[in-house]
Amino acid sequence: MTLLTDDQKMLQDTAAGFLAGEGGISKQLRHWRDINCKDGFGHGLWKQFAELGLTGICIPESHGGLGLGATEAALVLEEIGRNLTPSPFLTTAVAATRAIEGTQHADRWFPGILSGEAILALAIDEGARHAPERTALEAKRQGNGFVLSGSKQFVIQGGSADMIVTAARTAGSPGETDGLTLFAVPKEAAGLAVDNVGLVDSSKAARLTFDNVKLDADAVIGEVDAGSSPLKRALAAGSAGAAAELVGVASGASAMTLDYLRQRKQFGKLIGEFQSLQHRAAHLYSEIEIAHASAFKAARLLDSGDEESELYVSVAKAKAANVASLAVREGVQMHGGIGMTDEHDIGLFMKREAVLGELFGDVFYHRERVAALSGY
Amino acid sequence: MTELDVFRTETRAWLEENCPPEMRTPIRSEADVCWGGRNWIFQSDAQRHWLEAMAGRGWTVPDWPKDYGGGGLSAEETRILKQEMQQIGARSPLMSFGISMLGPALLQFGTEEQKRHYLPQIARGEIRWCQGYSEPGAGSDLAGLQTKAEAISDPVGGDHWLVNGQKVWTSYADKADWIFCLVRTSSESKQGGISFLLFDMETPGVSTKPILLISGNSPFCETFFDDVKVPKEQIVGEVNKGWDVAKYLLGHEREMIAGMGLGTGGASVTLGSAVRPADPLLRAEIAAFDVDALAFAAMSERFAAMWKAGEAHPASPSMMKYAGTELNKRRNELAMAAGGSDSLEWDSERGKIDKTPRDWLRSKGNSIEGGTSEIQLNIVAKHILRLPGA
Repeated sequence: MTLLTDDQKMLQDTAAGFLAGEGGISKQLRHWRDINCKDGFGHGLWKQFAELGLTGICIPESHGGLGLGATEAALVLEEIGRNLTPSPFLTTAVAATRAIEGTQHADRWFPGILSGEAILALAIDEGARHAPERTALEAKRQGNGFVLSGSKQFVIQGGSADMIVTAARTAGSPGETDGLTLFAVPKEAAGLAVDNVGLVDSSKAARLTFDNVKLDADAVIGEVDAGSSPLKRALAAGSAGAAAELVGVASGASAMTLDYLRQRKQFGKLIGEFQSLQHRAAHLYSEIEIAHASAFKAARLLDSGDEESELYVSVAKAKAANVASLAVREGVQMHGGIGMTDEHDIGLFMKREAVLGELFGDVFYHRERVAALSGY
Repeated sequence: MTELDVFRTETRAWLEENCPPEMRTPIRSEADVCWGGRNWIFQSDAQRHWLEAMAGRGWTVPDWPKDYGGGGLSAEETRILKQEMQQIGARSPLMSFGISMLGPALLQFGTEEQKRHYLPQIARGEIRWCQGYSEPGAGSDLAGLQTKAEAISDPVGGDHWLVNGQKVWTSYADKADWIFCLVRTSSESKQGGISFLLFDMETPGVSTKPILLISGNSPFCETFFDDVKVPKEQIVGEVNKGWDVAKYLLGHEREMIAGMGLGTGGASVTLGSAVRPADPLLRAEIAAFDVDALAFAAMSERFAAMWKAGEAHPASPSMMKYAGTELNKRRNELAMAAGGSDSLEWDSERGKIDKTPRDWLRSKGNSIEGGTSEIQLNIVAKHILRLPGA
């Protein structure tokens, strides 16, 4: 289905109303930023997500969740993006949920995710650029378990997480997709040091140091040395979700900018009357529509298990990041001086876009994927 | 098996039996395209057979009603037919402005009599149509057209329109049998003084002159009307209401031109294979292009679904036309770059004629014909974004 079903439209309406109301910029993003909250998001709002069932959006109905797919998650994420709502939705309810689904960790963590009490994070990146196959963090067998040593960065909400899904190397060498294993690392694990970092968009991401962190064998998610399978699942869901959120960011920035073009007067005219700005606004509209279509196509292909989904997830992430970047740059420029002030919200869109654009691989990473998957 | 599964099985078997092997090879040149019409010379028996077989089932226009020469297929069935044709690499049996442009306008605005007369001829490829829109003084400002049609009462020869003026950029006017033409029937209002006429290109007073393009081809003509008599009933829609028909038809034209953004065989993935490994920067540009091309392919699917469901904004073909044609120009720029000096070779004594430079030059017209990119952006700004003063 290329178009939304009635159920999906209802979900979209619910999410749009909830996030524009409770998740708005002054109530959430600015509020938590201005009081320098250590989580960067509000647990109260996350509980409301839970009450609406949204924390369990990707959790199977057999576990008490909504049992929905990437398309429905994308609908929620688009509204999250539009309102710049800080929340653990993308990492906890989408990416980490996908990582542990079908494993024994699902029984342990799904109830907490459903109730809005458990926060999960993903620890994948080890350098400044996303390159999951280059994972070097070492997990050595010891007795019945493993000892983890190494470091991670850009772990979104890592400082708030109860459990961190961690990619480690149990065999092979950095650059190889074989030999990766995912571990469920509890926040209280001895030897785990967490440096809570504030990012440019006022969200939090941790740098983690693993200093001989001892884990039982049952901390393994899925199979030893075959972590690339759940990791791929999580990254695909995460990238597709980030693409949808970026489309929301682009739409939100564009709507704010169009409003400004209809209000601001210079030379005795509304600036929206100037053709130079009209053409740029129309070009941006066209680009956002295309990004939107690609993000939902990627989600649909993921939901149907289509083999083309891998290609389209990368198309969607690259396109959405590119277009959202254009939207926020045009947004700040067209707002003129007021766009440079902290008082105005348009700059907040620019900051959020920067973080989402990087998350799960930037434009260049995903273009490279498209080239590789296309055979050149 | 659902009904659609049955339809798919039957369609597959029918195509297998009726699509000649020669019609399952990629189109290499303009000569491979079947345009039909009174003067059409079939390139091969296969080309003739394929058109007749498809037209016999109404499948040149699968989703038009059967009464008008169509196949009467549902949207789903039409999609399946297209998929099955793609599956075996079947060529389109008929390329026709009658199908892509005039037909939809007649279905919307024509009288029952007009539909029954013109549509089956279009479906069977018997009449080749051309479009008389632009004039030397009316390009982007199309509604400024001056070609005049006077209503003449003639008890002897029959009431008719007397048409005088000139059109330009008339695609294949020199090869067309009939023209659908915008004419001025009133000077009191710009858009409200235009009417939509149909007439035979062999009518006395009609003459054409091909225009040589930078691509080396002459797909367009200048078309002159000197006291051309057009029977009164050959008007579509009401007198002075032709602009509504014209705009509706332009939507279909833009949709068709936007399709060029899709290229042949899906995205541009083919471009990538031409890249020498020593060109990492070119490869990077092609990858960036492929992201845009694949994203646009997703947009085309979405647009088609929304258009059918009546959920698309009426001005959205303008956005599609803008995005698709700009993308196609980029594709051709990259094809030239990927080809290096090979792609500069125009012809040779051995008879080589390369499509690449011709396609590249031809593509420059995509963002001009059917309304320039700038006009499409104006339309989006005004009708979709509702910006002030637009």
